[in-house]
Amino acid sequence: MKIVVCVKQVPDTKGGVKFNPDGTLDRGAMLAIMNPDDKAGLEAALRLKDEYGAEVTVLTMGLPKAEEVLREAMAMGADKGILVTDRVLGGADTWATSTTLAGALRNLEYDLIITGRQAIDGDTAQVGPQISEHLDLPVISYAKDIKIEGDSVVVERQYDDRYHVLKAKMPCLVTALSELNEPRYMTPGGIFDAYDAEITVWGRKDLKDVDDANLGLNGSPTKIAKASDKVRKGAGEKVELDADESVAYIMGKLKEKHVI
Amino acid sequence: MGLEEYKGVYVFAQQVDNELSGIAFELLGKAKELAGDLNTDVTAVLIGSGVKGLADQLAEYGADKVIVVDDPELKEYRTEPYAHALSSVINEYKPEIVLVGATAIGRDLGPRVSARVATGLTADCTVLEIGDFPLNPIPGQEQKHNQLLMTRPAFGGNTIATIACPDNRPQMATVRPGVMQKREPVAGAKAEVIDYNPGFTPDHKYVEIVDIVKELSDTVDIMDAKILVSGGRGVGSPENFKILEDLAAAIGGTVSCSRAVVDSGWKPKELQVGQTGKTVRPNVYFAIGISGAIQHTAGMEESDIIVAINKDSNAPIFDVADYGIVGDLNKIVPKLTEELKKVVK
Repeated sequence: MKIVVCVKQVPDTKGGVKFNPDGTLDRGAMLAIMNPDDKAGLEAALRLKDEYGAEVTVLTMGLPKAEEVLREAMAMGADKGILVTDRVLGGADTWATSTTLAGALRNLEYDLIITGRQAIDGDTAQVGPQISEHLDLPVISYAKDIKIEGDSVVVERQYDDRYHVLKAKMPCLVTALSELNEPRYMTPGGIFDAYDAEITVWGRKDLKDVDDANLGLNGSPTKIAKASDKVRKGAGEKVELDADESVAYIMGKLKEKHVI
Repeated sequence: MGLEEYKGVYVFAQQVDNELSGIAFELLGKAKELAGDLNTDVTAVLIGSGVKGLADQLAEYGADKVIVVDDPELKEYRTEPYAHALSSVINEYKPEIVLVGATAIGRDLGPRVSARVATGLTADCTVLEIGDFPLNPIPGQEQKHNQLLMTRPAFGGNTIATIACPDNRPQMATVRPGVMQKREPVAGAKAEVIDYNPGFTPDHKYVEIVDIVKELSDTVDIMDAKILVSGGRGVGSPENFKILEDLAAAIGGTVSCSRAVVDSGWKPKELQVGQTGKTVRPNVYFAIGISGAIQHTAGMEESDIIVAINKDSNAPIFDVADYGIVGDLNKIVPKLTEELKKVVK
């Protein structure tokens, strides 16, 4: 079985956020980690590899430094790493990103593609389902359990008040929730090997069956009109009183606002 | 075909078990405003099996037209037949705007459909308005009017971006539940009902539903609550949530919580407020023992009145609270409950 896991290097949002003058994110200026949902997807692939035997390839699109997450994935147990990087691909929205990744995936053999549900920088959850559409594959998103049965995957798909157990014939695409599992740590031997491992690097010319009009900033249907730090509503009153006075204060405000 | 030939504001009217979801009404409320600005009308797209009877309810909440796609293949939500239904409606009727709820269904359906009809999709919007793109004129670039401007939080709520889709139609957005306001329903309102069936032939993209497991719950949906009594890690233990439950009972509210509480296993995920939980906007929000990380405040700062109780006077929750009380929740909360019991009958 061949599994491709799409991963994204994301800024650790705990470290603050920086922008380029055009409103896109200045990824180079922030601390970077492997996106948590993607890491759960990778762990799911590695567990399938442990159980059934599989070749796991990790695929990422990003700046050259995104090879760090490929090495991390290989240190966890992935077999191959592919980095898609090219200036003309920069500034892509989810449409142009999914077009790019689909163009890379067309060069690869796969039975199963796993992506994370969403990345912590954009929180869109769009790229996985959009890739499946470009490749004409069935998609199951929000997976909280993935099993293999013959030539099919059986997935528990989470909804708000229920889950569906879904069965799809491979090849197909599954998007993983971080609740799926607890990703393993890199092993010392794995880190050593991954440091020396060869990473395949692809540019624009290596993408298959993709039109330039659908790539990068210019190929993105959505355009940023404005981006800014969040303006929060100002703080109200703050008091430090003893317990009885505090209660009287709250009661007074609730009465004043006609809550009680 | 020119972009100007795309007309009308369309809403995906999500239903589950043949019951309309709250988000359908919220989207209609916003769609009505946008349609007013564009001088056009509002169409609800109702997809399911045996769902036609729901059309009147959509009319009461603001739909001028209802397109019903009714087919046995659509009984339960599955990506492919629903994506086929909605993208066929878009290709047939050519709306200028399509709004979909950012629910576990809509966040799967929206991207698949947007890719199929080759347009942009903006996720999890919290503000939608009609305006110009670019916002201000730029020499050498055409400024387009009457564009859908879609505003959304990103980077864990640290930033806000406003996004347009100037060169593709329809302009598509998924919209965060609990943010848009429903209209007061107009009893007896009727919509023009249009039946449309593009034909459903199962292919390799249709997945099989092996089982449906409903996770029954007796708790109230916190998104519907008028008063929320929300606890954080500062409450100290799952047992100590009893004092919050007593307060909620005394004031007619519902208990909710922060992510730390869910991560600690004290409360179920469905009670979680915040970026990765639910967005709430009750009349009163009590934040008790909640530090107020941006992850949390992103999901509650639109509440009408925010009362925060925390022993740490530097807690960021005080930056969004209308009334902040620095003190020991274990002393204040039970006394507050007693006082409320005296006045609230």
